[in-house]
Amino acid sequence: MSEDSAPAAQQPVQEPDGLATSAVPPGLLALFLAFARMSLAGFGGVLVFARQAIVEQHRWMTADEFNETFALCHFLPGPNIVNLSMVFGARLRGIAGGIAAFAGLLLPPTLIMTVLAIIYARFGDVDVLRRSLAGISCAAVGLLIAVVFRMMTPLLKRLDAVALILMLGVFLAIGVLRLPLQAVLLVAIPVSVGAIFLMRRKVAA
Amino acid sequence: MNAENPIWALISTFGLMSLFAVGGAAAAVPEMHRIAVEVHHWMTDKQFADAYAIAQLSPGPNVLIVTLIGYAVAGIPGALAATLAMCLPTALLAYYVSRLLNRPSQSRWPGLIQAALVPLSIGLMAASALILAESTDRTLAALLLTATVAVVASVSRINPLWILLVGGLLGFAGIV
Repeated sequence: MSEDSAPAAQQPVQEPDGLATSAVPPGLLALFLAFARMSLAGFGGVLVFARQAIVEQHRWMTADEFNETFALCHFLPGPNIVNLSMVFGARLRGIAGGIAAFAGLLLPPTLIMTVLAIIYARFGDVDVLRRSLAGISCAAVGLLIAVVFRMMTPLLKRLDAVALILMLGVFLAIGVLRLPLQAVLLVAIPVSVGAIFLMRRKVAA
Repeated sequence: MNAENPIWALISTFGLMSLFAVGGAAAAVPEMHRIAVEVHHWMTDKQFADAYAIAQLSPGPNVLIVTLIGYAVAGIPGALAATLAMCLPTALLAYYVSRLLNRPSQSRWPGLIQAALVPLSIGLMAASALILAESTDRTLAALLLTATVAVVASVSRINPLWILLVGGLLGFAGIV
């Protein structure tokens, strides 16, 4: 939880990204603590903090290695940052390192979340808490809409009709018709892969 | 391990869900809502919206909304079971795939599949927003707050935590 430990000692000179990584791989405890720290700093998403800690503060990976690792975790199913902790830890220290990073990322916030759940179960009916949470929910939905807009921008700029139609289709199937996720994805993924494959062939030809 | 055991129901539900959760935690929210509120009646609509708000406000990966769902179903064991079921199988999968892919190859399939998943995950997140908005934005003031936040957060780089706290204060004051 202490934010004040390493950076001053480790960064004698400010250097750009992509320089050599530190030669000695970190120990299991160091991995656990580093991921616990970035997890607890990560309000509203851990990725920014993870990149900062791994690439800039500890120099455990170059910027390129980090991007590669994240891209892999992004297209695999599951929570991206959780996948990243396992893959990253395992790269440095084998499966034990993966588990250390995974546990560091998840254990402290899970404990906090459990305490919050207990508080909510006891006091969730108290009017003041209920009203405050309602206000936070409204703002949280607004934030989610903003993320959706930001992610849509490149598709809109390119007028990528195929992607926009696919996006709208998934939105309608899940958001409006409330169909089960598995069924929708079993149809949508092959259709999307097929459509993009054909489109790229056409562009190449 | 019978079908009635709530812990087992949590493990099988979230373990299976995580394997289909492309595009991260936000994209899985509609499915969590469908399972927790509509299929199993583990929570009410309002409780789900509250859980989402708490998960956003707390540190750590946003996927930990499953911890709150698990707690609502089966207390502390439920919270731990749901969290591990949602996070561990895909993390191990990622570990094995990354070992496999570390042998370098110039295949274009990873890039192609990734491009194909982008519109799907945006669609999923938009659906999350709609479902959550339906349960939270019951008044005009609430709808206005959501819309304002959507615009402000789209055009500025303000720290989301401040926005959430302002929302909490407005709710506390009884405005939304």
